[in-house]
Amino acid sequence: MAGHVSPKSTYYAIFGALMVLTVVTIYVAYQPLGSWNFPVAISIAITKATLVILFFMHAKYSSRLTKLFVGTAFFFLFIMLTLTMTDNLSRGLKTYQGGAGGAGYGQRDAAESAPAPKAPEGTPAH
Amino acid sequence: MAVHGDHGAHAHHPDLQHHFDTLGQQHEAATLGMWLFLITEVMFFGGLFLAYMLYRIWYPRAWSEASLELNVLLGGTNTIVLIGSSLTMALAVRAAQTGLRKQTVVWLLLTMALGLTFLVIKYFEYAEKFEHHHVPGFDFHFPGPDAGPAQIYFSLYFLMTGLHATHMVIGFGLLSVITWMAARGRFSPAWYTPVEMSGLYWHFVDIVWIFLFPLLYLVDRAHHFA
Amino acid sequence: MASTASLAAPTAPLVTYLNHQHGVASWLLTKDHKRIGLMYMVVVTFAFFLGGIFASMIRLELATPAGDLLSADTYNKMFTMHGVAMVFFVLIPAVPAILGNFVLPLMLGAKDVAFPKLNLLSWYIFVIGFLFTVYAMVAGGVDTGWTFYTPYSSRASNANVMMTGIGVFITGFSSILTGLNFMVTIHRMRAPGLTWFRLPLFVWAVYATSLVQILGTPVIAITVLALAIERGLHFGIFDPALGGDPVLFQHMFWFYSHPAVYIMILPPMGAISEVIAAFSRKSVFGYSFVAFSSLAIAIFGFLVWAHHMFVAGISVYSALVFSFLTYAVAIPSAVKVFNWAATMYKGAIWLKAPMIWAICFLGLFLVGGLTGLFTAALGVDVHIHDTYFVVAHFHFIMVGGAIMGYFAGLHYWWPKITGRMYSDIWAKVAAVIVFAGFNLTFGPQFILGYLGMPRRYHVYPEEFQVLNVLSSAGASILGVGYMLVAIYLLASLFKGERVGANPWYATGLEWTTQSPPLPHNFEVQPIVTHEAYEYTRREVTVG
Repeated sequence: MAGHVSPKSTYYAIFGALMVLTVVTIYVAYQPLGSWNFPVAISIAITKATLVILFFMHAKYSSRLTKLFVGTAFFFLFIMLTLTMTDNLSRGLKTYQGGAGGAGYGQRDAAESAPAPKAPEGTPAH
Repeated sequence: MAVHGDHGAHAHHPDLQHHFDTLGQQHEAATLGMWLFLITEVMFFGGLFLAYMLYRIWYPRAWSEASLELNVLLGGTNTIVLIGSSLTMALAVRAAQTGLRKQTVVWLLLTMALGLTFLVIKYFEYAEKFEHHHVPGFDFHFPGPDAGPAQIYFSLYFLMTGLHATHMVIGFGLLSVITWMAARGRFSPAWYTPVEMSGLYWHFVDIVWIFLFPLLYLVDRAHHFA
Repeated sequence: MASTASLAAPTAPLVTYLNHQHGVASWLLTKDHKRIGLMYMVVVTFAFFLGGIFASMIRLELATPAGDLLSADTYNKMFTMHGVAMVFFVLIPAVPAILGNFVLPLMLGAKDVAFPKLNLLSWYIFVIGFLFTVYAMVAGGVDTGWTFYTPYSSRASNANVMMTGIGVFITGFSSILTGLNFMVTIHRMRAPGLTWFRLPLFVWAVYATSLVQILGTPVIAITVLALAIERGLHFGIFDPALGGDPVLFQHMFWFYSHPAVYIMILPPMGAISEVIAAFSRKSVFGYSFVAFSSLAIAIFGFLVWAHHMFVAGISVYSALVFSFLTYAVAIPSAVKVFNWAATMYKGAIWLKAPMIWAICFLGLFLVGGLTGLFTAALGVDVHIHDTYFVVAHFHFIMVGGAIMGYFAGLHYWWPKITGRMYSDIWAKVAAVIVFAGFNLTFGPQFILGYLGMPRRYHVYPEEFQVLNVLSSAGASILGVGYMLVAIYLLASLFKGERVGANPWYATGLEWTTQSPPLPHNFEVQPIVTHEAYEYTRREVTVG
């Protein structure tokens, strides 16, 4: 009945990799990469999570069904995030000549960045 | 499935439940079940990640300012502590797999100790938040024009880390039971399923933190937005 | 495949799951999926009755245009509690937790579900969640609508929002754990020879439902939790005063609540597949299409939620995307309806009670589904959203579809569950009464909605009164019909003719064991060597 037994060295190696990646993510966070900071940080986090899932949680040595389940979880999370974004990122996009500008990317911060009246931003119909 | 009354014909492993045919089937069922549960946990936390993502896109400056109030040293230490506890947990499962009773107990205790360390550090972080009036609903105060979105940020901070900490406390309780069982010699290479299942849960909690750390602490350390 | 149990009614008293142990403790501490299914039936029936009372108050008030029976606040509480009771405590659990629990392991040739103790825990969680919710109702009720939209629910309304939210939160875990249990059972506990494509379609339906329960329910859990914390601790993630987005709540809420409607309809559809096959004496037409359509509905169902939010303030581009996707999800449902009809075509139709309920289902679900296409169209929905058109649409699906499907399944498996047969005549009479009452209740509501009567109002313009009176009259007929069902089913427990293993001469492993089944389901592990629904080639051996 015993499942796959990983050698201790595998675990230590993965731990080492995770430590390195943690240090990297902190270091990179302090570098001025502008909007790239976020994708880099997320990519590192995804890499770390993948290592934990594959090796610590033994997904690499598990059945295809298990792998399918793992993929499904993240797929539906992805759906939830992206489909919602179709709404929030596209509110108030110009729908006609001279229409009100977008209230999507970072333009909702207070005071100086909002030239037009703030309420009710988003829906052109209002 | 044996015809009833046939118990003498093959010896049941004492941990084989009657509705299963073999320990292998039982183990596979348990594994599948735990992974399914973890899928629900992904979607559970996922709702908060959704809210986080939306508001981060809308209020990058508020997000930047609020995140800078967090302590990277404490957060980073906690990250290392928790990943370390995942290592010790994986080693505990391995010890149980290979029938090493004392090692199993030691690694499990180490895991619990590291988990407790995480929670203690968290406690100090939370206490500091109260001091600085960064707890929504408890005399919240944030300077500058972004106080509103900053309050949303801290609401999400407490919701996400609070939910995470709750899961850790539950995990701690789970591990206490497993450690006790291991000390009593309940596990063997033939049956160590509860250790493995607890391990899966614990690793999941670690993964959530792996995302929480950069998302909450490292939003804009390079001061791009604020 | 020969039956191993006698087709004739038993001559000597059997040992069954009902009589092998006695006493309250043997029920409350049972791990037997069959007993747990019955325990769910008790609670769900009570919740149905409760929801029905709230519905009666609604229809009584709406018999007159003026708000003369209930104040506006009280009326708001009535439709809220009607929705909460029916959605979370009747429609979601009815077929999966009652019929699924009972029948699934039998259909798979298994002794029980994968995690019997977890199954019992699911029931307790369900009951506790129900008690919290009932407490909130008794304490004064909630008036936000079952949809709990912010900021009304987070900033105003009353304290019972938290209590109801907690009740729904807790009950959600029952649904999750049941789905988890069923999925593992289907994956790992099928009888030897029972490959995926030999499974009865009810199993495919339950599997697809479980997928939705696993992926969707946690999202409403976190939504309701966030709402409760927002109320209780004054956090602010939905608060517009802080820059929050109340529509975010709607996104999170509907991400679950739309797939939830597929939790409500997929298992009844599965039951309908079983009933139509059995009473057409024919294999379901296009088996693999029907099987895959269940999965397609489950998956596509996650892509359409914002069609509930077309006029909530979401971006029009997003609305277009969701409108398009909503049409996509209608296709697999249509596939099923065509295939059921094709199953009946040139079948040897046996018009017993379950088949009557199933045929009623087909007609009503068809209307409900087609009217869904109306509401899916963005341009149309802008006009009919929040009118009685939508109310009629979802009641045709939920009551005309899901509840009818539940009744079809209940009438089909009743002899297996109880070992008794109910009066076929009374069952048919009840079906006709329910069908007539239902159409009279909800048919006029399509017209009312089209004419512009908004939902969730206790007053309306005088010109709508005739249609409203018709609707209320229909509701009373519907109530009579349901009462009748309860009466003859209960009566069958005492006076019903005892039946053998397979009173319908149907295929399926559940019909090869005695009625009511043994505590451990089968005497000998069944081994499957044939396809599902082998009606034409199968020989029934007696004795």
